[in-house]
Amino acid sequence: MKSILPNLLRFLSGDAQADRVVPPTGFTARLTVFASAAMAFLAVFALALSLATGRLADRWGEALAKSATIRISAPVDQMDAQLLAVTEILATTPGVKEARPLGEDEQRALLEPWFGPDLPLDRLPIPRLVEVIEDEEGFDADGLRARLAGEAPGAILDDHARWREPLVKAAKRLRSLGWLAIVLITTLAGVVITLAASAALSANEQVIRVLRLIGARDSYIAHAFVRRFTLRALGGAAVGTVLGALALFLLPSAGQQGSFLTGLGLQGWQWLWPLLIPPFAALVAFAATRQAALTVLQEKR
Amino acid sequence: MIELEQVAYGYGTGTLLSGVSMSLAQGSFHFLTGPSGAGKTTLMKLCYGELVAEQGQVALFGQNVQTMERDDIAEMRRRIGVVHQDCQFLDHLNLSENVMLPLTVSGRSLHDPSELQELLAWVGLEKQAEAKPPELSGGERQRAALARAVIMSPDVILADEPTGNVDWEMSLRLLQLLIELNRMGKTVVIATHDMNLIRSAKSHVQARVLRISNHQVTLAGADL
Repeated sequence: MKSILPNLLRFLSGDAQADRVVPPTGFTARLTVFASAAMAFLAVFALALSLATGRLADRWGEALAKSATIRISAPVDQMDAQLLAVTEILATTPGVKEARPLGEDEQRALLEPWFGPDLPLDRLPIPRLVEVIEDEEGFDADGLRARLAGEAPGAILDDHARWREPLVKAAKRLRSLGWLAIVLITTLAGVVITLAASAALSANEQVIRVLRLIGARDSYIAHAFVRRFTLRALGGAAVGTVLGALALFLLPSAGQQGSFLTGLGLQGWQWLWPLLIPPFAALVAFAATRQAALTVLQEKR
Repeated sequence: MIELEQVAYGYGTGTLLSGVSMSLAQGSFHFLTGPSGAGKTTLMKLCYGELVAEQGQVALFGQNVQTMERDDIAEMRRRIGVVHQDCQFLDHLNLSENVMLPLTVSGRSLHDPSELQELLAWVGLEKQAEAKPPELSGGERQRAALARAVIMSPDVILADEPTGNVDWEMSLRLLQLLIELNRMGKTVVIATHDMNLIRSAKSHVQARVLRISNHQVTLAGADL
């Protein structure tokens, strides 16, 4: 471990004379820089997608899992009695932290998007709703349903599981897809850089032949190419990362209503994650170029 | 220094060299001659490990080339200076940098920077130090290749048709430089089909002439 840092510093500082051995220009240089920048740009978005869907899955999974609703549909003359029964059942149900019947204003607010603001609740057979908040332990939904069926037959427990589970599953799947995209982007970056390095090695066959002829070791020749490609990938990825982060930062804000869309950005400490992309790209370039260089060199005597 | 024992080599189905045995002692001077396509360049490449014998054994400085690690071959080549007919340079580097290349790749440097100037002056290229290889004439390139071949002070100099692309005057000058190196104790092998060059060396150096014909290497008559 102690030797890693000095070796890394030596690699980054380089050897001015050794660096000059490989011709500095060529389309492979531009290809490597562009590919690294493009991959880093995409990686920022894939990362943001993964983190955002992770947050979404957590929110849906945790926040909604802690709440449930009991809907009481009963004749008007039995409504108050059944509401009282439900309240008493909930008060004695383990795992229920808080239970509260929704007031008329709250129910009106819930129905307002469909029926408008002047809904005469007192003249309509609207079911009563009871909001149930679970404690850390949670309650036994099946047991509670059985008790409600016996003591308040008009009461139906909705623990949100029916619609929450597919949403959570979808969010988790999106998160997995985000990570898969990062893996694919990384692999693609490795492939493109390997191709660029192979092309550079082929274009410099004469250089390699001369270097072998005068006694250069494989590691020396490989190092000259590897360092150049690694630094190109690092530079390209840094530019791509900055542009990607900037694009995320400039995403228009749509407030709470659009949080699903605008939540695709990064939040708080998550802005540090993209900082890992350039060194990671450099690491991929290092491994890909080294492998390509050593493979090509092994074919030569 | 370099020993070949029953060495055979061919390209495709054709045999180029067969049953070749020879030994190059330290400080010796050899001409390797024969018609074009006889296998002079192939034999030279076998001598510095660019080719591996299909049969027999090639030993460089006492080590079997067939069993040497790649890094060991690289190390071994630092003890052999090679001058090619088609002098190979890195065109993006200037003459000084090209000549210094063997030192650069081995992580060494000259004790005194003036040594490079002396070396370039020795081959008559002190004024071309900053020139790029494409800007040099055929003779200048050959002399530059010779300077690069000797900068590591190798034990052996292998020159493959070093006078192939230059006029007679330049050929004699190159020959003189190689003879000077031999007088310093270097083993020199010159592959050439130019018998005039071999004859002109007669009065200056004790050389042996090896001839390649019918896939074999034989001593061509008496020593010069």
